[in-house]
Amino acid sequence: MNGYLSIRNLTVRLKGGGTILRDVSLNVAAGQVHGLMGESGAGKSMIGKAVLGTLPRALDITSGQIWLDGVDLQTLPPAERRNRIGALAALIPQDPLTALNPSRRIGPQITRRLVDILGWKRQDAAKRALELLNEVHIPDAPRVMRSYPHELSGGMRQRILIASAFAAEPKLIIADEPTTALDVTVQKQILHLISEMQARHDTALLFVTHDLGVMSKVCDTLSVLYAGKVVEEANMPRFFMRPIHPYSAALLAATPTYTDPTSSLTPVPQTVVDQVEREVMEHDLRTAS
Amino acid sequence: MYKVRDLKLSLPDMAHKPLIGATPRIEILKGLSFDVPKGAVLGIVGGSGSGKSTLGRAMLRLLAPTGGSICFDGTDITHLSEDQLRGMRQRFQMIFQDPMSSLNPRRRVGGIIAAPLQVQRLDGIPTRIDEALDMVGLPREFAQRYPHELSGGQRQRVGIARAIALRPDFILADEIVSGLDVSSQAQVLNLLGKLVRDLGLTLAFISHDLSVIRRLCDRVLVLHLGEIVEEGATVSLFEAPQAPYTRELLSAIPLPDPHQTWD
Repeated sequence: MNGYLSIRNLTVRLKGGGTILRDVSLNVAAGQVHGLMGESGAGKSMIGKAVLGTLPRALDITSGQIWLDGVDLQTLPPAERRNRIGALAALIPQDPLTALNPSRRIGPQITRRLVDILGWKRQDAAKRALELLNEVHIPDAPRVMRSYPHELSGGMRQRILIASAFAAEPKLIIADEPTTALDVTVQKQILHLISEMQARHDTALLFVTHDLGVMSKVCDTLSVLYAGKVVEEANMPRFFMRPIHPYSAALLAATPTYTDPTSSLTPVPQTVVDQVEREVMEHDLRTAS
Repeated sequence: MYKVRDLKLSLPDMAHKPLIGATPRIEILKGLSFDVPKGAVLGIVGGSGSGKSTLGRAMLRLLAPTGGSICFDGTDITHLSEDQLRGMRQRFQMIFQDPMSSLNPRRRVGGIIAAPLQVQRLDGIPTRIDEALDMVGLPREFAQRYPHELSGGQRQRVGIARAIALRPDFILADEIVSGLDVSSQAQVLNLLGKLVRDLGLTLAFISHDLSVIRRLCDRVLVLHLGEIVEEGATVSLFEAPQAPYTRELLSAIPLPDPHQTWD
């Protein structure tokens, strides 16, 4: 096992037959950030869901292994698997407003996980929640603990979700587009905060995004997905200097940057789309035979 | 084309309404003045809550301003009634952010594009639909499809087709690419740029994304908390931003470049 999280040849299918993930393999070491890049429908969020065991009911893992901390999760009985994932991994979700319960105060929403799942005492959990809110730079933490989600700004809510993701000292965090709903200036603060927390707690981080700019700031390694298949796996500086797969290069060319207004904004060319489609088809034929 | 002077807009703040007495009002636009020359592509940029969408809606008189004036092509439209506005609406059109919720799911694409044409009682509607689809690069057969059968980029093209079918002079595009993948985003931006040139449109393009603004616009208006903090030609604004808020916005953009200093 060379990663804290190691996914090997993961295939996820729709119960009706369609394939969502095709033979996905990746490694995330402790203290490392691995990015998952892809356009919508590429299956990047589904990888995170498969790891956390929260795949929609209509989807099944048909083959492959997910190793978390040296144990293949697929071999565990469901209850044990849930406990293990609950203790070792946590999620920073995309939309902080839907992830928080609108009718409960912030405090209990952070402590609940500690009390219910890990069996902490209520007072200890409350103390820890305060510490965490300080750690994510929330001013006036006691007041925020008593607030309802609608009383806080988007950036504040995302800080709270980061705090509660780190609450139980997980060793793996999955961040699913954590800044898509935020302003650029707030996005910058939140990304810095995630990096800071990740480094301090030495967590493995799986970072899902469609934004190559964000990717280049946060990740050490990345996988580019197309139709549930990894088309390129790369180390960070190399990927932006010399992307190997034409699809990766096309994605980079399609991303607008304000520093270079002369470069033409090229949509992913049809030839490149045809090529990745062909690769996906060849892969399906190979695995079918 | 547009002359906006000291535009103010406030809305009642229902969250802080006392049990008895007048509802306090939130000032969303705090006295904005600017011009949009004919043929210009104006970018309106700002963080969330800066009032950029409210400004757009006030310019199209979808919201009534509480103060100041808006002149469209020499006509003061600040206080025109809905009846008086109806005839003019053909001349200023809007493209919406989320194409799924702004296209009627129960009508075919042809019907969606035809709806405003019918309101304006124009003739030759079938040819106008075909022309509009040609201009946005969709096959004419798409008139028979429903919005859910289309991809995000195609839906946004239908939104554009609906706006240009009326042959307007001015189009407001409110965050029209923020829900799209980079690839379809590039296609829609290129298309919009081409249409502006070919049809001689005046365009106001609302976005939170400065990279997109730089690509498309020749003038930029930076809004912050309901006020204009900076206005100028795109090149000079990006090369030498004056307002601290503009500088903050620019430095916060993560470029797809691992060597960018970003802290």
